[in-house]
This record gives sequence, C-alpha cells and structure tokens, in this order.
Amino acid sequence: MSALEIKGLSKVYSNGNVALHDVSLSVPKGSFFALLGPNGAGKSTLINILADTVLATGGSARLFDQDLFAERNWCKRQIGVVPQEVAFDPFFTPREVLAITSGLFGSKPDDAWIDHLLDRLELTAHVGKNTRQLSGGMRRRLLVAQALVHKPKLVILDEPTAGVDVELRRRLWGFMRELNAAGTTILLTTHYLDEAEELCDHVAIIDQGKVVTAQPMADLMQQVASSYLWMNYDKPLSLSEADTLALTDFKPRVSDTGVCLQLGKLENGQSTFHTAYEAAVARFGPPQDAGVRSEDLEDVFLRLTKKEIRERT
Amino acid sequence: MSTMNLRGCMTLFKREVHRFLKVKMQTIVTPALTAILYLLIFRYAMGERQVPGLDVDYFTFLVPGLAMMAMMQNAFANTSSSMIMGKVMGMNIYLLMAPLSALEVVVAFLAAAVVRATVVAVVFLSVLYPFVDISVMHLSIILLYGLCASIMMGGLGLIAGMWAKDFDNIAMVTNFVILPLTFLSGVFYSVKQLPEFWQQINNANPFFYLTDGFRYGFLGIGDTDPYASIMVVIGTSLLTIVSCWHLWRIGWRMKE
Ligand SMILES: Nc1ncnc2c1ncn2[C@@H]1O[C@H](COP(=O)(O)OP(=O)(O)OP(=O)(O)O)[C@@H](O)[C@H]1O
Ligand SMILES: [Mg+2]
Repeated sequence: MSALEIKGLSKVYSNGNVALHDVSLSVPKGSFFALLGPNGAGKSTLINILADTVLATGGSARLFDQDLFAERNWCKRQIGVVPQEVAFDPFFTPREVLAITSGLFGSKPDDAWIDHLLDRLELTAHVGKNTRQLSGGMRRRLLVAQALVHKPKLVILDEPTAGVDVELRRRLWGFMRELNAAGTTILLTTHYLDEAEELCDHVAIIDQGKVVTAQPMADLMQQVASSYLWMNYDKPLSLSEADTLALTDFKPRVSDTGVCLQLGKLENGQSTFHTAYEAAVARFGPPQDAGVRSEDLEDVFLRLTKKEIRERT
Repeated sequence: MSTMNLRGCMTLFKREVHRFLKVKMQTIVTPALTAILYLLIFRYAMGERQVPGLDVDYFTFLVPGLAMMAMMQNAFANTSSSMIMGKVMGMNIYLLMAPLSALEVVVAFLAAAVVRATVVAVVFLSVLYPFVDISVMHLSIILLYGLCASIMMGGLGLIAGMWAKDFDNIAMVTNFVILPLTFLSGVFYSVKQLPEFWQQINNANPFFYLTDGFRYGFLGIGDTDPYASIMVVIGTSLLTIVSCWHLWRIGWRMKE
C-alpha cells in the first residue's frame, strides 16, 4: 500500500508561475523517499500543498488511503512536516514550543517522548533558552522535533539539514533511519545528493514542476546511471566531424584536459570499455592517464535535469 | 472522520493569552494607565461640570466610556498583532498545518481577545475604585456589551491581520479606522452636545452604540436605548464570527 498517492497535482501561483504541472507520485508505505530537484523545481510547493499552507490548483492525493483534501484534519494528524523556512514564536522556549505543537495536534504533551526528541536532536542543553537565542542549526533541529512531536506516520522534511554541520547531519540521518526502521515513512528533499543516495530507497526527480523520473533508488542507479571512460591528454582537444562520427556510440565530450566517453554494455553483457578505448586512441593517440568512473546519483541528477556533467577528473 | 479538536482549540487560546501576559507592561498596564491619564486630564479641565442633557457629572460619565474604549482597542490589538506577527515572521504556517477547524481557530483567537479586553477593563476600574464611585446599574448589559464589543473588535483585528501584508498595514488600520471610530464613539461627549450634522455622523458609527450601551449598564443613562440595540449588537457579533470563520476556512490572504 502507498503511504501517499499523488495524482495530476498542479499549482499555478497567482502571479502566473507554474510551479507544478500534472505531478503524479506514489510514496510506498515504509519507504525512505527522496524528492530531488534543482532550485525552483517545485519541491517546496508540493510539500506545502501536502501541509495545507498552499492551495493546489488541480489534482488529487490520497494519504493512507484517505482523500487528503476531503479528510484534511485526519490527514494532518498523520503527517509531520519540517518546512524549509525556519520560524519560531519568539515568546517561547523549545520545550514550550513542543508542548504547544502537541496540544495543537490534539494530544496531551507526552513528556517522555519530548525528552527523547530533545535528547536525540541534541537540544537538551538548550530547552530553557528562548528560541531567539538558538543558533541556526539548533533552530532547524527544533523544527525537526516539532514535526515529530505528535508521532506522525509520514514525516516530510524540506531540506532538514541545510545549515546543519556534518557531524550533526550524520546523527540526524541516523535518527531518521531508526524512525524509518520502526515503520515511519519518510519523504525528504535535500541538495546533498550523496546523502540521499546513501539513505533513500526511493527517488523522484522533478524539474520545472514536472516529474522527470520516479523509481526505486537501486533501479535508477542500475538502469540510468552509466559508466564513463575518461582519458587525459595534456592539451585541449576538439572534436572534428570525423571524430564525432567515429566516437558517436560513446557520446564524446571534450574538455581542456581530455575526453570523456560514455560506456555501455554489448548484447552479450560485456562492457564497451575496450572498443571505446581503442576508438579514442585511434583518434587522439595514447592518453597520459585514463580511468573509468561510474555515475553516482549526482551525475544522474545533473544529466536528467539537463545540466552540464561535472568533470571530476 | 473529522473529530473536534478541543484540546487544540484550548492550546491555541492559552498560547494567545500567554503571549499578551508575557508582555503585560505593554498589553495591560500601558492601556490602563493611558485611560487613567485621560480621566485625570478631563477631571482638571472640566472640573465639576455636568454633562449637558444628562444628569451626571463629567468625571463619572467618562469612566465607563474610557473602559469600553480600552477594551475595544485592546481586543483589536490582540488578534491583529498576533496575526501580523505570525505572518511576517512565518509562524502562521504552524496554525495552517495543525488539524484545527476554522471555527476552532476563530474561537480561540476571539476568546483570548475577550480575556485581554476584560483584564484591561478590570485593571482600569480596580485602580479607580478607591477614588470614584463606580455604580453598576445593569450588570447583564455591561457583560453583554463588553463581550460583544470584544468579539467584534477581536474579529476585526483577526480580519485586519489576515488582510495586512506588514506591520505598516496594521498601523494604518489602527490609526485611521480603529482609533478615530473608538475615540469618536461618544466616550468623551454626549451626542446631545453635538450639532445636528455631527449627530447624524455619530449615529452611523457602530461603536457609538457599544459605548453608549456599556455606559448605560453602569450609570443607567445614555443617548440610545440599549435594550433596543441588543439584537443588533448580538447579530453583529455573530456576523463577525461567521466572517472570520469563512475567511479562515478559505485561507484568505494566508494560503497562496
Ligand atoms: N509564493 C509564490 N508566488 C509565486 N511563485 C512562487 C511562490 N513560491 C514559489 N514560487 C515559484 O514556484 C516555483 C517552485 O518553487 P519552490 O519553492 O516550490 O521550489 P523548490 O523546488 O522548493 O526550490 P528550492 O530547492 O530552491 O527550495 C519557482 O519558480 C518559484 O519561483
Ligand atoms: Mg524548496
């Protein structure tokens, strides 16, 4: 069963900006789901529609098999959202913020759970402070605690680790993993693609309000990610028409330092490495240095969102 | 499947009360003090003079009107400042995200506005109590008019807060609408003192009936018949609540 099933969701802002265009997504129950996309892709818009802070222009959504828009208040109790923007009531301390949020969600503050959250998010030392006195990273962690205080079944995090240092980020993800292992479905956006690749079992990439791909992470990496052969020459290369023709199977790209060829598999399953190497040597001569690199999620992301592939060589 | 979220409503109410209690110098002491200053100034300016047409001295006449003015202004300030602060600082999203019905939100905000207005009026009257003879002729009229005025002004504050984009917008409404209308609601004069034209203008000011009725509850005198206005006052309060409820439900100027 899906935790969340979105169908044909669209959003046009009042100024005419089309933020979402016919978005359909399915977030499996118990999954750790990465919603990725470049700045302005529409991730926050999607999340804010789920959170009921932005109105959808069209489409429908089901949450744990209930109509999200018809059963809003029931659905809100199942979701915990960490918004992208950090904002707190300056009149309250972290503990008060959590108690109030509990109350707004209709439950008596569970002190043991609040203590646990404060402890896991490393805020215990700061409970008595006014929220204004917290650092940026602390505030973001409080935001995470706030989203978890009513024990939601689906946790939605909009860039929860922006501005959080490496060490804490690791521990925060560790905590999310535990929650996920205990059955909580997690949907997150992040620009740390290596972290998404490591953590998430499902991924959707959206760009300019449209879904580019949505599938299990393993499938994406197996089917879409490819390997590259890079060959360094200590001079800039340029591709003549004949070069392009000869190397066309390998989608050649040249740079100041050399050439990069995309590898594939032959029908018998063998890599095209050998033919690619031979073909390049035939055109440019033996390289100074060469190697093979497999695409990671970041490369796939950049390729699918039509950005230049970053050369790491 | 939707159930009422009474705890949520109660939590929001307590949050709103807590918010003004945390800055009580500004939200309670200052308004009460301002009203007392007005009273002192008029006391010395007008001496023992009687209010024309009404069988009462000016000082006694002023007390209930000033209490009502403070209540109206503070009920408005409570909801409008909370809304605009939440909007500017980005905290209102937590209200939108919470499983609260529009009615629960509106009730919580208005109840807190009523509490603030009541606290301000009680503080003002208690400070004066040893010095002024405060009579209570019709307690039910006082309570009804006080409650309805706080609800109306709290509701207007909520609507103004939803409408406003920044603190400046709120200051504009406060200074150009709320202050003049409450100031000129017959707090400082009896309509009988006014020229004909200004009497007409005055009669068109909805707040005039609230102030006049409230004063009637204390002194048993006034320019209008508060019993005749009761249904209008109750009706207007309900209309305010319904308007707030509707606007919150559609997310007016709150949800993009
Ligand atoms: N309130 C708004 N009014 C008009 N347009 C908006 C509004 N909010 C967002 N947009 C536009 O909608 C598009 C999607 O924005 P959104 O914030 O959803 O992107 P995002 O994927 O979350 O980006 P980021 O990674 O930068 O957070 C952008 O083109 C943005 O300019
Ligand atoms: Mg965003």
